[in-house]
Amino acid sequence: MINIEIDGKLVETERGSTVMDAAHKAGVYIPHFCYHKKLSISANCRMCLVEVEKAPKPLPACATPAADGMKVHTHSELAVKAQKGVMEFLLINHPLDCPICDQGGECELQDIAMGYGGGESRYTEEKRVVTPKEIGELISTREMSRCIQCTRCVRFGQEIAGVMELGMANRTEHAQIMSFVNSSVDSELSGNMIDLCPVGALTSKPFRYTARSWELSRRKSVSPHDGLGSNLALHVKDYKVARVVPVENEAINECWISDKDRFSYEGLNSPERLTRPMIKQDGLWIEVDWAPALEYVANGLRQIASNAGAEHIAALATPHSTFEELFLLQKLLRGIGSGNVDYRLRQSDFSADGKQAGAPWLGMPIADINAADRFLIVGSFLRKDHPLLAQRIRQAVKHGAQANIVHASDDDLLMPVANKAIIAPNELLNTLAQVLKALAAEKQAELPAAVQQAVAAVTVTAAASAIAQSLSGGQQVAVLLGNFAQQHPQAVQIALLAEQISALCAGKFGYLGEAANSVGAYLAGAVPFAGNVQGMNAAQMLAEPRKAYLLLNVEPELDMHNPQQAMSAMRAADMVVAMSAYKHHAMDYADVLLPVVPFSETSGTFVNTEGRAQSFKGAVKPLAEARPAWKVLRVLGNLLDVSGFDYDTSEAVRAEGLHTLGLDDKLGNHIAGVAISIMANGNDAGLQRVSDVPIYSADALVRRAASLQKTHDAAVPCVMLHGSEMQKLGVQSGDTVKVSQGDASVQLTVQKNDSLPHGAVRVAAGHPATAALGAMFGTIEITTGHSTKQPENACQVAGQSVERA
Amino acid sequence: MLSAHIQEQINRELKKYPVDQKQSAVMSALRFVQDEKGWISTDDMSDVAAFLGMANMAVLEVATFYHMYNLKPMGKTTITVCTNLSCTLCGAEETVAHLKTRLGIGLGEVTADGKFGLREGECMGACKDAPLFTINNKRLCGRLSNEKIDQILAELDKS
Repeated sequence: MINIEIDGKLVETERGSTVMDAAHKAGVYIPHFCYHKKLSISANCRMCLVEVEKAPKPLPACATPAADGMKVHTHSELAVKAQKGVMEFLLINHPLDCPICDQGGECELQDIAMGYGGGESRYTEEKRVVTPKEIGELISTREMSRCIQCTRCVRFGQEIAGVMELGMANRTEHAQIMSFVNSSVDSELSGNMIDLCPVGALTSKPFRYTARSWELSRRKSVSPHDGLGSNLALHVKDYKVARVVPVENEAINECWISDKDRFSYEGLNSPERLTRPMIKQDGLWIEVDWAPALEYVANGLRQIASNAGAEHIAALATPHSTFEELFLLQKLLRGIGSGNVDYRLRQSDFSADGKQAGAPWLGMPIADINAADRFLIVGSFLRKDHPLLAQRIRQAVKHGAQANIVHASDDDLLMPVANKAIIAPNELLNTLAQVLKALAAEKQAELPAAVQQAVAAVTVTAAASAIAQSLSGGQQVAVLLGNFAQQHPQAVQIALLAEQISALCAGKFGYLGEAANSVGAYLAGAVPFAGNVQGMNAAQMLAEPRKAYLLLNVEPELDMHNPQQAMSAMRAADMVVAMSAYKHHAMDYADVLLPVVPFSETSGTFVNTEGRAQSFKGAVKPLAEARPAWKVLRVLGNLLDVSGFDYDTSEAVRAEGLHTLGLDDKLGNHIAGVAISIMANGNDAGLQRVSDVPIYSADALVRRAASLQKTHDAAVPCVMLHGSEMQKLGVQSGDTVKVSQGDASVQLTVQKNDSLPHGAVRVAAGHPATAALGAMFGTIEITTGHSTKQPENACQVAGQSVERA
Repeated sequence: MLSAHIQEQINRELKKYPVDQKQSAVMSALRFVQDEKGWISTDDMSDVAAFLGMANMAVLEVATFYHMYNLKPMGKTTITVCTNLSCTLCGAEETVAHLKTRLGIGLGEVTADGKFGLREGECMGACKDAPLFTINNKRLCGRLSNEKIDQILAELDKS
């Protein structure tokens, strides 16, 4: 630690930190544009010039290392003169169009010009004009003339997003921010550039000119999408969410949010919103009031319970629902005598039900990811499923950590990957066994006898032994299971091996939570093995169709592991009650549609993947007749005479269900009482399906976010194959082929992807184009159709080179 | 695609730098492309980026920053006249004017037969020879007079 004096205040700061850091510690504000605490130093705006005693000229505070005994003056005559001079230069080319600028009112340049700008300009010559570039559906560069070349957006791309999509071309007066040959900015974190831009050069395309910043009221909330639980500020105008920006929380999302968190709000105001309860009578949908709708549901459930038995009632909920909703859903079901409730819609292996120590979670605080030095990431479309967790791992790798990947698809993670084993889905378990065996040898450690016996027969490949070698060199190892691994038909065995691997390295073992409330849903008891009444899991409920289904935010053709099976169960049911914020496919098979509200219109709680419960209030009033699902469930409970349904507030529900103190002992990844067996996964003949859930298809809200749906990531999925498999099938990139699974087929365009393993075919799930297909894993058949026309949709996996033969 | 020759040249260049800092060779790589093709297209930039494991945009930044890279097709022989201070004081304007009349093209243009291109350049660091121009960024011709220019053009015409 060194001592430095800033404006007469003595501050202690770390050796190697800058004058800017010290000023922050002292609470002294130094004006700046290009400096950002999360980005590298570039010192190109010169706004932070300060006077340092004994230095011959003003120095930039952001790039000057603090030295012991240094005396800094940030507001001396020299410093202010320098700052004013810089300000005048910055304003030379900056248009003075604040009244019509979208950034007006929240502009760093505008604010600082108030303090340091002149009353009038001495510059009378022509100003520089920059032609706007088209860089995609999310960010507008229409007013690029306002750019002051701070390069924050460029550095964000390089350092945080991991891909340099924007850069500064040309130089001097001609320098301008652009993308390569007008290519679009496709990073899943790109929206942060809008926040970073200190002027109005990069603006939000969906939000532009819809509100002035001072018209917006700011309401804190929590992201309903991925398992991270990013802290959000919903900006509200006229009772509508007008935009979403991050709220800084260093322990969770730092100061970033993903594009999904940022732009999904468009789905809140979607024309597909369900605004009134609806009942189907004689095949026709009619709008009704709440009372008859709920009566109808209660009567229906009562009838089925008394005629067929309560076990014929089933409830499915997405883990994007709030804790309160999930808690009441399971309480209602159990109250009427059925334990058939589940949130694990895309899971297929339930053999650890009741044997897991607690809710599956990350196994460590999110912030600890940055400190890990070895990663083993198993079965994860990391960047698309967990954009900001991927970013944290990227930072760790930048600081020397090694990332090891075991997966069925080799997507570009935009970070150096130390070792990877890219294998067909049915080899996942075997590959982990190899890693475990090699690691035990490497560490000269003894495995438990049963484990030893199970892995004895596997042959260690070079890739597995390289991974083991990397892991054994680590001090802080993190073994993380992605969504793909959790959805795998052998997920439990995979988890057992992963736990063994992390145990050998004395590391952490965790699940990357699929959804905002995956942990919360478990804690709420929305699983068939919790509480006093046990029941069927999500797969069983569909395999043995029930007579009544309660769907909470679920779109079965998109949210389920096996949409084919789910849809036939829905069609066969006597009663399907869809509690949904949207009119969706349920119109075809449901009997009642109950309009419930999305996260922005209710209070609730999400428990994120690190087990942190975050409650939020409704930011806007429920739309039209829509109501929070917890209220709907409460009334249903009352109508069905279930005791203990007299809640006045969501907080009361939470207080009953979630004892927030000491959540830790309710989390637990350890599975006891399941024997390890490295069995081959069924039939491995034919092509094995590898299915991702595309980032903008993952939940009901984002599916209706108009701008996100126009991005490359939302393109209609293609069927991806290795070149050699294409040769075998005799198909070319761009051909339309028939993709069959079970008794249905869909037409998809072929795309060559040589990073896929042999014997695998990648067909996305969760998308209407593939909703007719079966399980997310399994054999898939490809036959060439007659048409070879090239559909217009561009299919592309970001960061992968896409070849068209 | 980068030709085998360019790839070989870049590989030789790469030996000068640490293996994890391949992008250090970007300026040389662009030079090799220009030497062979006369100019650098955005496709070439992509190829260089892929070869060196850089972002396309990072290559474009370098290519557009430095004046001596031709970003559009130039003639077989590109003449770059320095028009900075020393040369201008010594008559660079006349040099440019004479070249324009002789070649029948303006600055940044190429003759119809594709033989000559004419560019304006920045200080070559050889002000003692002002006014001057370079031929294909390789050969420096200084102390120019109209006669000397004619002589050089005649020589170039023959080659």
